[in-house]
Amino acid sequence: MTAFALRGLLGRKLRTALTAIAIVLGVATVSGTYVLTDSINNAFHSIFYETRAGSDAVVSGKSPFDVSGGTGTSAPSFDESLLQKVRALPEVAEAQGQVNGDAHLIGKNGKAIVYGGAPNLGFSIADGASRFNPLQLVSGSWPKADEVVVDKSTASKEHFKIGQVIGVQSQGPVKRLRMSGTVKFGSVSTIGGATLAGFNLPTAQQLFDKPGKLDEIAVAAAQGVSDQKLISSIQSVLPPDTQVRTAQAQAHEDAKDTDSFISFLQKFLLGFGGVALFVGSFVIANSLSITIAQRTREFATLRTLGASRPQILRSVMLEALVMGVLASIVGLFAGLALAKGLFSLFDAVGFTLPNNGLTLETRTIVVALIVGIVVTLVASLRPALRATRVPPIAAVREGATLPESRWARFRLPAAIVVTALGFAGLVSGLFVPNLSTGQILLLMLGGALLVFIGIALLSVRLIGPLAWSLGWPASKIGGAPGTLARDNARRNPQRTASTASALMIGLALVTLVSLLASGIVASFRGAVNNIWRNADYAITAQNNFDPIPIAASDAVKKAPGVIEVGDVRAGEALAFGKKIAITAVNPPAANVFNLDWTHGSASVMANLGTDGAFVDKDYAKSHHLDIGSPVPLTFSDGSQELLNVKGIFDPPTGGSPFGRVTMSTTVFDKHTSNPENVFSFVVMKGGQTDANQAALDRTLQDFPNAKAATRQKFIDNQISGLSSILNILYVLLALSVVVSLFGIVNTLVLTVFERTREIGMLRAIGMTRRQVRRMIRHESVITALIGAAIGIALGVILAALLIARVDFIVLSIPIGQLIIFALAAILVGIIAAIFPARRASRLNVLQALQYE
Amino acid sequence: MSETTTTTTEPTPAAPTGAVVSARDLTRRYGEGDTAVDALRGVSLDVSRGELLAVMGPSGSGKSTLMHILAGLDRPTSGEVTIAGTEISKLNDNDLTKLRREHIGFVFQFFNLLPMLDAEENVVLPLSIAGEKPDKQWVNELLDQVGLAQRRAHKPSELSGGQQQRVAIGRALVNKPTIIFADEPTGNLDSKTSGEILELLERSVRELNQTIVMVTHEPRAAAIADRILFIDDGLIVREAREISPHDIVAAMEELGA
Repeated sequence: MTAFALRGLLGRKLRTALTAIAIVLGVATVSGTYVLTDSINNAFHSIFYETRAGSDAVVSGKSPFDVSGGTGTSAPSFDESLLQKVRALPEVAEAQGQVNGDAHLIGKNGKAIVYGGAPNLGFSIADGASRFNPLQLVSGSWPKADEVVVDKSTASKEHFKIGQVIGVQSQGPVKRLRMSGTVKFGSVSTIGGATLAGFNLPTAQQLFDKPGKLDEIAVAAAQGVSDQKLISSIQSVLPPDTQVRTAQAQAHEDAKDTDSFISFLQKFLLGFGGVALFVGSFVIANSLSITIAQRTREFATLRTLGASRPQILRSVMLEALVMGVLASIVGLFAGLALAKGLFSLFDAVGFTLPNNGLTLETRTIVVALIVGIVVTLVASLRPALRATRVPPIAAVREGATLPESRWARFRLPAAIVVTALGFAGLVSGLFVPNLSTGQILLLMLGGALLVFIGIALLSVRLIGPLAWSLGWPASKIGGAPGTLARDNARRNPQRTASTASALMIGLALVTLVSLLASGIVASFRGAVNNIWRNADYAITAQNNFDPIPIAASDAVKKAPGVIEVGDVRAGEALAFGKKIAITAVNPPAANVFNLDWTHGSASVMANLGTDGAFVDKDYAKSHHLDIGSPVPLTFSDGSQELLNVKGIFDPPTGGSPFGRVTMSTTVFDKHTSNPENVFSFVVMKGGQTDANQAALDRTLQDFPNAKAATRQKFIDNQISGLSSILNILYVLLALSVVVSLFGIVNTLVLTVFERTREIGMLRAIGMTRRQVRRMIRHESVITALIGAAIGIALGVILAALLIARVDFIVLSIPIGQLIIFALAAILVGIIAAIFPARRASRLNVLQALQYE
Repeated sequence: MSETTTTTTEPTPAAPTGAVVSARDLTRRYGEGDTAVDALRGVSLDVSRGELLAVMGPSGSGKSTLMHILAGLDRPTSGEVTIAGTEISKLNDNDLTKLRREHIGFVFQFFNLLPMLDAEENVVLPLSIAGEKPDKQWVNELLDQVGLAQRRAHKPSELSGGQQQRVAIGRALVNKPTIIFADEPTGNLDSKTSGEILELLERSVRELNQTIVMVTHEPRAAAIADRILFIDDGLIVREAREISPHDIVAAMEELGA
């Protein structure tokens, strides 16, 4: 029996291949995700570990809480006198101090060079001979005073020449430095869009505004000194706000941020792989059901020859297994290509990732194969069980069809129960209070799966009316073939429903995403317009989110026509034992911001003084804060401050620009080594005018990383980040739509196969090839439209549920986009029909009529 | 109407001795209530070892139903069927499967070969399904018998209809079943090929001592049988032995076919 199963697969190459494509794509997404994230991880890790390769231990500033997370808060710098003490230790062979910070290189256009959201890294480097230096000199020489070395790829992209004087900005205004050479980072071919700028220590200290300070000391142990001994000896000389780690531990610490980013990216992308596989399982189940229905007589014959039911089950499952294995292997390697594609995709949306060649881990191979095979087997189980129910007598009956499942009459109630359970899961995941994240995820994921399966089952009932109404245009414009297409779509509702369901899932998710995005945009616009009602301009970084030096805002304050500049700074602190986001405002902010105060008034912002703070309503409620309540804060440098609540506000739908606790910039700056603004808002005489814009632009010339934007432009800039993410989401979801497209192709090919004799008859009574093609195409489009109709409707419902729970998004239905999705579905239908329609139209009439 | 030289008898219960297949008082009703159709209304018969029995009747007479029930493909509404001493109408699926493996062979009107297997593989399929190793010598002899020695490696699509039916007969013979049921074995063949296939069936009975029950509506096919049962309206209306095709035509005309 084994051999026959395999021979059967060979005998149905086309059908098998079409069915397998669904699995190939799903597995490719999973393996592509792993390859991509492993590759990025690898690249990052070689950066972090190579950086520390020459060190045995690293001394750094200590913060009372974990400052990784990239909110701009960094560990405090320490006095450079520590370096001498460390060097004096007998266990230490060599030690070197380092400072680092953001360093923006200024391009030819006078603006800061920024590649997407990648960082602009600046650091002091010892001369090239140092064992602590992870960089290699490509050309020129190591930097001396007032010199800079730049990474090779940035230098060549910007056409910087050795000896050329280029602008570099960190704290304070632009410094003009001579480029002494170009460098590259060890073995890593690209470090993403990051730019590197290296200086000698005094230049760097000046640039980063850390005179007499160090961020790190790299230490090499003396001969024969163990790490442990080295660490304990260094510890004996450390002041309280510093710490020492082994180089390995430090590299591990350095990698924390990127590790959590990569792990997020991995889960995020795997989610889409999961969707593609889920859609793929629908395609497989459907294709196999059709194939098995067409093989009814074959199974019946096997039964008359003595094959038992378990034998039939085993042979079908074996076919599925072989197909699953082959498809998973192909998918695994297709994943490598997909990873390459994803690198380019992220690159294209301005999100260049570091790349050090593709990494294929054993885990990737194992997971991809297991997932692919298991999904194939699970999806095949139902069709296989149906095959076992073929009675032997079907061997002698003309046009025998698969018997209805024993459970057929429970199908409708089951579908309703499954759908209801799914929605119950979703609703309870969203609205039941005090659930853990794990429980919420489980309820939501499980709920979503059940909803999709339930709706897919229920949709059988909708096929009749939907095909009738969505097929109406086809019957009008397509003539007889159009009418036949409409009837064909309704002929086997089960089949049409399964085919359309695969597309339904993809479109539901696309709709959900677009509704959420449009909701976020709408509420964000509303919020910004409301909060900054009084502001005319916003000053932000070129990339819209990096912090900018306070000097920029100070300069703007002196610009002609400027009435008021409200600054916002952001950081982190410990409050009530928890790390929270904090913000700070200067007194003029009172005239810029328009908040909904539940306690206090706008004047609170102007009167925060040295001990005042305001908090949002939820934070006040969860910590029982009222006017006058004390809020003890511990800052990243370990210093503490006791603030009193002076105001409580209700954050607007669309999000608040403030952290949990907001204080005056005076307090903030006291505890922050290099305070910077995230935004500044400007009120000007005459409001938004060309003259005012020009005045701001002129002022900001000395701050190439800053820009002035009107309120409207500021909103658009902030949203552009969202649309990049949105585009990535659409591309990733498109993958599952492609899987469902193959599902339609597959169903149509199988249907044409099944209707060979019928098509021959139609041709014999005068239908042209063209009309045959049209008939198939219309059926395909009707199927796709059914999927779109159900999918879009479901997507809207799911989005409405989600938005009902999340208070910072308003429901807004992007009609235009939904129409585009429907048109896209029509396109999917047309594309899917090309191949099957051609096959149908090329049938030889005579042979088709004799076809048995 | 021509004179018949054959003995015609009332359908009587045959002697059970030597019978490999016997049926008692078979009825089969399809549907319920007003739309119920009685396909069989009380049929009894016995087939003895080495006998070639033809079942004839006009369409709708119940002859196909009778064969399906005898072969265990369908269950009677009432009555009993015994094959090789086993009463089969109450057997479960597993036992029926076992029975088919050991005792029953089929020849179909549309051949029902597996398209991906070659002639030889199709022939040994029942053994493979039962997990038995085919006896090489027996398979060679069988392929020779059915005239496929030269075409053993051909796929069904490369064979003519007659050749395909030879493969099917080889397949039915391969496990030396107690009984072969042939359902219109020549129904899909031209007359010359039909002759060859009928000869092959006849040879299987005479030379291999095979027992065959054949349902047919072709007088020429029925003429090779040892005994013919004429069925009409769910009842055996006549039984004949060794009659000429001519007389069979006459008998059928009498039944209004």
